[in-house]
Amino acid sequence: MTIDSIDELTSAARRTRRLIIGMLAGLGSGHPGGSLSGVEILIALYYRVLRHRPQEPDWPDRDRFVLSKGHATPLLYSVLACCGYFPVEELMTFRKLNSRLQGHPKVGTAPGIEMSAGSLGQGLSYSIGQCLAGRLDGKDYRVYCLLGDGECQEGQTWEALMSAPNYQLDNLVAIIDRNGIQNDWFVSETMELEPLDEKLRAFGWHVVSVDGHDLRQLLDAFDEAKIIQDRPTAIVARTVKGKGVSFMENNPEWHGKAPSKEQAEQALAEIGE
Amino acid sequence: MTTVSIEPAATREALGPTLVRLAREGLPIVVVDADLGVSTTARQFREVYPERFFSVGVAEQNMIGISCGLAAAGKTAFCSTFAVFLPGRCFDQIRVSVAQTGLNVKMIASHGGISVGEDGISAHAIEDLALMSSLVGVNVIVPADVVEAAQAIECAARTPGPFYIRTGRPKVPMIYDDNYRFELGKAHQLRNGSDATIIAVGIMVSRALDAAELLAREGIECRVLNLATVRPLDGAAIVVAARETGAIVTAEEHLVHCGVAAMVAQVVGSKEPVPLGAVGMRDRYAESGRWDELLENYGLTAQVIVGEVKGVLARKRPGGRL
Repeated sequence: MTIDSIDELTSAARRTRRLIIGMLAGLGSGHPGGSLSGVEILIALYYRVLRHRPQEPDWPDRDRFVLSKGHATPLLYSVLACCGYFPVEELMTFRKLNSRLQGHPKVGTAPGIEMSAGSLGQGLSYSIGQCLAGRLDGKDYRVYCLLGDGECQEGQTWEALMSAPNYQLDNLVAIIDRNGIQNDWFVSETMELEPLDEKLRAFGWHVVSVDGHDLRQLLDAFDEAKIIQDRPTAIVARTVKGKGVSFMENNPEWHGKAPSKEQAEQALAEIGE
Repeated sequence: MTTVSIEPAATREALGPTLVRLAREGLPIVVVDADLGVSTTARQFREVYPERFFSVGVAEQNMIGISCGLAAAGKTAFCSTFAVFLPGRCFDQIRVSVAQTGLNVKMIASHGGISVGEDGISAHAIEDLALMSSLVGVNVIVPADVVEAAQAIECAARTPGPFYIRTGRPKVPMIYDDNYRFELGKAHQLRNGSDATIIAVGIMVSRALDAAELLAREGIECRVLNLATVRPLDGAAIVVAARETGAIVTAEEHLVHCGVAAMVAQVVGSKEPVPLGAVGMRDRYAESGRWDELLENYGLTAQVIVGEVKGVLARKRPGGRL
């Protein structure tokens, strides 16, 4: 499942964006903005970083990817499908009755879903539990947890941020999709998070700040996290909400609204083949 | 079976020793604690298995999440704090991360009810059974004594899926001996009688037995059921009790409008309507005070159960049915 060249990873990212738009087109509900902002993060993880077996999703030694910002299901499902966890055609059942692809992730539905989510702030605590269990069992799997920046307003997120360094979990990486927009409006005008890097460092994390759409920077950050000892790594990935679709970029309106079929046509044209 | 005169013990005292014993037997038990492990007795586990004991500090939401991660990786994850905080401080975490996943998380909440005593109403858990019983697929147990508490904890450890077990702070009379076998989902009949049934949970079970004894002196014979498992509710035993005794009184250390009284009424009303009475907290908070004085003051006594039984008997029709 590994792709070596940045060109090919870029191509996979473009395909993922097309799938995200395709599964949301005319659906009436869903979350394009925060799915598009995290595309490169998941492409880097699933095609280069994670040790995983799509044909054996419960492999005990797999690295875990936990989607804490559970509304980014279009992103997660698209990448899982492209990796072979389930057929790409199944993406078109998203959010429909009798589908395995629930609006927010639920364990026990489609293969490859690590944890239920949808109520924000819960994924990092879960990830810590997975890390503690891995250490108890002498396993070397690593746990990667993707959080939204709006989600960092949840108190539980800070309970978890406080506890991971306390347990010296160097098998944990938190990635914050810092797209600057939450459900209603801009994060900075709702409840300011900055200086986020400094807060995370003060809590005891090794912090790496990257351009979250630059695959090379992301891969370097994940490599760096692997050699950090005795503390977890937080990757603050500066991203653009709605990345790749001009009318969605940096527009709070597109947090939780699906494009019409016409809007989707335009979006697909912009993303390109 | 009647109350036996062994030294009283608090149901919370079962937790630490039972977890240590089960871990020694090879169960993959881990314990996550939120800074009340001395009181819940969970901290005793740390003395023997420090590497399997995780304190999260005063952070109940994180406690639930970490427990879920440990459970998903194959551990039998026990977490514990007071019944006001678990579920009160982390209900949504329990709903999404435990109930909706079915993970192997065992939530042990000590200091249930108002018998917490002097700490006052912020520490009195009289809503926890309603909250936990509202969740799909969570087993909810209220042991009546320390023997039953130990067996319920062992049952939780050996049965896959989420459990909530409410224990208590004060020492309460022993009801069971080592011959007792707790059965998940089954009400346990402690006394038989044909005039009425008293369905009790937790600290009220011994009081129900005392009430039945007092009533017997007046020629009124009561069946007494220990409804240790609140969820899944033993609807069959409730229907049989309604049919065979024709009147039911519930007794709980909880708000009656959303507690065992309400759950029993739902079954009885739809399957076998008979006169119902309820002993418990009636739409009010208590206050600070010694635990036994509080139970007296707020009507959680054998005498009040006796009065409630007489009340339903007055409404009972010949032949039992409404």
